[in-house]
Amino acid sequence: MSLSSQIRQNVIISLILIFFMFLLIVGVGYFLDVGGEFHGVITTISLGMAIFFSLGSYLYSDKIALSITGAREASYEEFRYLHNATEGVAIAAGIPKPRVYVIDDLSPNAFATGRDPKRSAIAVTTGLLKILDRQELEGVIAHEISHIRNYDILLATIAAVLVGAVVIMRDIVLRMSFRGSSRRRGKGGGNAVVLIVGLILLILAPIFMTLIRLAISRQREFLADSTSALLTRYPEGLVQALEKLEEHKQPMRSSTEAMAHMFIVNPFSKGIDLEGLFSTHPSIASRILRLRSIRGL
Amino acid sequence: MFGYLLFFVLGVLLIGVFLYNRLVVLRVRVDNSWRQIDVQLKRRADMIPNLVEVVKGYATHERELFAKVTELRAKTTSGGSVKEVSDASNVLSGVLKSLFAVAEAYPDLKANQNFLMLQEELSGTESKIAFARQFYNDTVMNYNTTTHVFPTNLVASIFGYKAAEFFSIPEEEKEVPRVSFS
Repeated sequence: MSLSSQIRQNVIISLILIFFMFLLIVGVGYFLDVGGEFHGVITTISLGMAIFFSLGSYLYSDKIALSITGAREASYEEFRYLHNATEGVAIAAGIPKPRVYVIDDLSPNAFATGRDPKRSAIAVTTGLLKILDRQELEGVIAHEISHIRNYDILLATIAAVLVGAVVIMRDIVLRMSFRGSSRRRGKGGGNAVVLIVGLILLILAPIFMTLIRLAISRQREFLADSTSALLTRYPEGLVQALEKLEEHKQPMRSSTEAMAHMFIVNPFSKGIDLEGLFSTHPSIASRILRLRSIRGL
Repeated sequence: MFGYLLFFVLGVLLIGVFLYNRLVVLRVRVDNSWRQIDVQLKRRADMIPNLVEVVKGYATHERELFAKVTELRAKTTSGGSVKEVSDASNVLSGVLKSLFAVAEAYPDLKANQNFLMLQEELSGTESKIAFARQFYNDTVMNYNTTTHVFPTNLVASIFGYKAAEFFSIPEEEKEVPRVSFS
């Protein structure tokens, strides 16, 4: 497949997945409205609350991520090489150079953060710098810069908001239906069936939403890989880097599960690298397979 | 009847404005990406006198090479058409590579801290030039395609938007160019 059609395919799939999330939330809301006569109030309240709760983590995504991982700003004198590589790839991507951070950790890994290209930062571990050569490092940095350029932080936040909204909806409705059960009893039976379908959907929805969210996360990794190939015009650099990351894999000291999806490879994966419904990243093997299948621009 | 005609004319005008704006945006993008190259070329040009100074202290016999580097340096920064600048820049990249190849023969020079720093900076800048060139050529391709396809080509020809020039890519991108100094 050519590079541009691979990129287009990845974008379309992740948009369809986000659309499914919206559909699910609207669908559940519809059943509740028809059955319980809520007139969209609960859906609106839940979405509002979820947005409110996620706002802080979106606005301060960079500060939070950098402080959790203990990243320090890379000085130009000490990390000339890293700065030059980052600036080069940023030029190729047509975005301003992100701020550059290093994490003192032997586990080779990297992540990008910041809600738009102007306020972005990338962080790499010292372990990563130790094992990669220039072209491999450029591949990894191009992957991170692709996350920034593709607005993946925004997309991940939207996905998180939608999951959160469904969870809040479930909690509100379940609580209300327990309290209000005596009051509502004896009302017309036609709506009760619809309401029950709505309730079952509501209980299952958070699981479905989480699965879709993880699928989006995996899709964005593929997208960042192909965009990286577009920026460096040398997919083999990223392939070799991924192979090395797999080979030198070890758990990171400072990170949290909540941040796992931001890294180039999952910082917690140990043992065999399996890809399942619950993984944030596709398996390294399938990522390499896709990178190698690129034929022309 | 008159109303339909009016709608038609208005519709055509609106489309025309839209296409024109698209052209302007793409053209500005080309100019911007050219500036990116320019910044990197200036950066390299600023480093060259220092480099020549350092190398001169050790490799006293390479006078011709120094003269050539200095002459090419002036060419890349004096402006001119895309083709002139890109050709001069490509030749300069090749000559600088030979300069570093020559430096291999002087162990004292290779141990010089200043020289090592300049070497990393210059190779970093060379790769930035390559990235900037790639970005520029991508924007030129986008712009040129738009000026050539129907119906944007009509708008382009009315307002005099001509195709932009590509930044030429060295013949042997990966190979060290052979420049003789005998």
